[in-house]
Amino acid sequence: MKLLQNLFDSIKPHVEKGAKYEKLHTLYEGHRTIFFKPSLTTGPTGVQVKDAADLKRVMFTVIVALIPCLLFGMWNVGHQHFLAIGVVDATFISKFLLGAGQVLPILIVSYGVGLGVEFTFCVIRNHPIEEGFLVTGILIPLVMPATIPLWQVAMATVFGVIIAKEVFGGTGMNILNVALTSRAFLYFAYPSQIAGDMVWTYLGDQVAVDGFSGATLLSYGAAAAANGTEMMAGLGGHWYGGMFDFWNLFLGAIPGSIGETSVLMCLIGATILVLTGVGSWKIILSVFGGAWVMGMIYNLAGTNSFMLMPAHYHLVVGGLAFGAVFMATDPVSAAQTETGKWIYGFMIGVLTVIIRISNPAYPEGIMLAILFMNVFAPLIDYYVVEAHKKRRLKRATI
Amino acid sequence: MPQTFHLNKGFNIPLVGRALLEEHKISQPDSFAVKPSDFKGLVQPKLLVSVGENVKAGDPLFFDKGSEEVLFVAPVSGEISEIIRGERRKIIEIRILADKKIEYKAFKKHTKTDINNLTRAEAIAALTAGGIWPSFIQRPFGVLANPSDEPSAIYISAFDSNPCAPDMAYLLRGKEGVFQSGIAILSKLAKGNIHVNLDASEIPSVFSGLDPVNINKFSGPHPAGNVGVQIHHIKPIGKNDKVWTIDPLSVARIGTLFMEGTYDASKLIAITGSEIIHPHYVKTYSGACLDKLVAENFKKTNARFISGNVLSGEHVGVRGYLGHFHNQIAVIPEGDEEEFLGWMLPSFKKLSFHKAFGLFSFLIPKKEKVLDTNTNGEQRNFTISGAFEKILPMDILPTYLFKSIISNDYDEMEALGIYEVIEEDVALCEYIDVSKNDIQAIVREGIELIRNS
Repeated sequence: MKLLQNLFDSIKPHVEKGAKYEKLHTLYEGHRTIFFKPSLTTGPTGVQVKDAADLKRVMFTVIVALIPCLLFGMWNVGHQHFLAIGVVDATFISKFLLGAGQVLPILIVSYGVGLGVEFTFCVIRNHPIEEGFLVTGILIPLVMPATIPLWQVAMATVFGVIIAKEVFGGTGMNILNVALTSRAFLYFAYPSQIAGDMVWTYLGDQVAVDGFSGATLLSYGAAAAANGTEMMAGLGGHWYGGMFDFWNLFLGAIPGSIGETSVLMCLIGATILVLTGVGSWKIILSVFGGAWVMGMIYNLAGTNSFMLMPAHYHLVVGGLAFGAVFMATDPVSAAQTETGKWIYGFMIGVLTVIIRISNPAYPEGIMLAILFMNVFAPLIDYYVVEAHKKRRLKRATI
Repeated sequence: MPQTFHLNKGFNIPLVGRALLEEHKISQPDSFAVKPSDFKGLVQPKLLVSVGENVKAGDPLFFDKGSEEVLFVAPVSGEISEIIRGERRKIIEIRILADKKIEYKAFKKHTKTDINNLTRAEAIAALTAGGIWPSFIQRPFGVLANPSDEPSAIYISAFDSNPCAPDMAYLLRGKEGVFQSGIAILSKLAKGNIHVNLDASEIPSVFSGLDPVNINKFSGPHPAGNVGVQIHHIKPIGKNDKVWTIDPLSVARIGTLFMEGTYDASKLIAITGSEIIHPHYVKTYSGACLDKLVAENFKKTNARFISGNVLSGEHVGVRGYLGHFHNQIAVIPEGDEEEFLGWMLPSFKKLSFHKAFGLFSFLIPKKEKVLDTNTNGEQRNFTISGAFEKILPMDILPTYLFKSIISNDYDEMEALGIYEVIEEDVALCEYIDVSKNDIQAIVREGIELIRNS
């Protein structure tokens, strides 16, 4: 370690104030603090000791929680690939390696481009390198289809980091979730590569088996609603039997964005986030609750077969679980008051199902629901805080 | 019937080095100092002595331009050896080279009947002249109380819940009589009750049978012992309220002043912290230089000497002086070294309120830990939410309060509770903040903004 410290020490004189490369000082500090917890000490007044947790560790906890989704996503990309081309005896390893071969480049582009933008801003604006992108960099690939062109990943990352975050002042100041802003950018700018039935399954240069369809359950639903057919009955005719069984949906061996398909993996991540106190269980629970309640309301109103899809299916299809666990809980863009978190989460769930069922243009609703509620989170908080102030005023005057 | 308040929120920091309840004889320090900065809300201290003058314990050293009758007095007799000044000639320390045998200025002695017959004005005159007045702190704002105000109540927190805090009953050993006399004087000052707030788990004899007081009991983790938190639960204060707080030791000093006619600045100090070899109590006087108090009783490591506790104390160094309100010295390791991947590696030793990945201290919450002064990370924008709310046992939204101060929003500060907090009340928030902001400094800034508005 001494060696590494010496290396950094030898760079230090060149980036200190007044030195030739002083502009790069923040980059130097940022990299040093990745290897070494800095030697900063508390001031002469104020607390003399500080908690062992810092933002780096909090962000790292989120990354740990995302790893199950990432690994499962890699396997599932391979799994879907071999299913589609009709290879039934592909091994676990070959599926995983094929998937990793698709996913890793996306991950590398996301991190590479994102950190590049981040570093540039740090140097220009002379602010320290912040940890927010550590999480964003892994979230972006996980909400993309495996077939996404890498240049689009790069574009989306640049857009997300600059427009959603840096223009507001960096990590902690953003209004919208950065990773979802990146995805929304692609969704509206290049819809054909991120929506439709053909993007979810990576085929490579192979040919799909006869009858193959890359449709997701939600696109079945939208089609059934448009054509007036029976949705749940239609699922039985899917080219691959059992694909849309409830438990298969729950496990996540289905087409979809890389990290979003497995509710099980999301719940493992949720467990890590909740046990470590990093993610708000109130938000996670209320997103699921909101989606289920709205699903029930549609069930009761039921005028087409999509509306009649059992409410609990809403919890296991699409990106609801991933969004609830990893996107809605982003502490910066979520509601910050405890009461607000319940309302915020619940509304995300409700809106997701409304968008799914009532807006045929967008088969999945979680992304827009979260972005929408990100915008409303400060308003929710405002009313919660106003109520708090009123209560305070009351008790003070008794 | 005492009311009991159970507080659930908070956090006890299990620091290595709690003092054993035994007094260790030391040779007294030669040097003592009075620091105007110990007293918040002073306008401009004006010196009454000059270097070379001899003073007795109780002789005035300076007064404040804001309230000229309040005298700040010498804790010991001796020669004014030095007056340390800072920028713009601001007085930092008035140092006294102490006599071997302390001589006391003689104030008027009172019998019990005299005390009963004292009027409020006479009591206040004796307190301000006798040097005790600076121990009266006004809430809101945590500033020096104004003798011309009449507070609606006076609050005394009779226990300290800070890390390795001294045992209040031990500090007051043998002072039961003067403590009761002190209470009798206090009862002349306030319109309403004198509240003595006790730790619910045990009632030391010094606090039993007091009259006339209102006893309240508090249970729960730190900051249950903070008087601000207690006031919040007993009777919250707002913009137009004024209450005073005073520490138990000063109440005993009031008793001594009236009964024996002396300003007795002697006190027991808990010598605590992981770098202390034998954590115990020593007897000295307010404003003592730390060097003789710890003497050879510390490990010869790179250590930090703190007057007060590790949450709201002050880093003064081994040649620094004890703060007026401090009954404790904490000596802990400096953390000025880098740690390879220190932000990521798992550990049972590192104490954290959070349970973020790899911080397992929550599994062994009672295990005492060595904490150093490392900040464990760099300063960032406020990012995570909900943590301060979990640790502050007050009906206040801390994050919103802090943000309103940062954005200088006076109306918001008022509505969100700036009147109810001072630095020590939010010290735990500062401790647990993963974004490593100086929250106590932020709160003081907010208080000064409101006071001067």
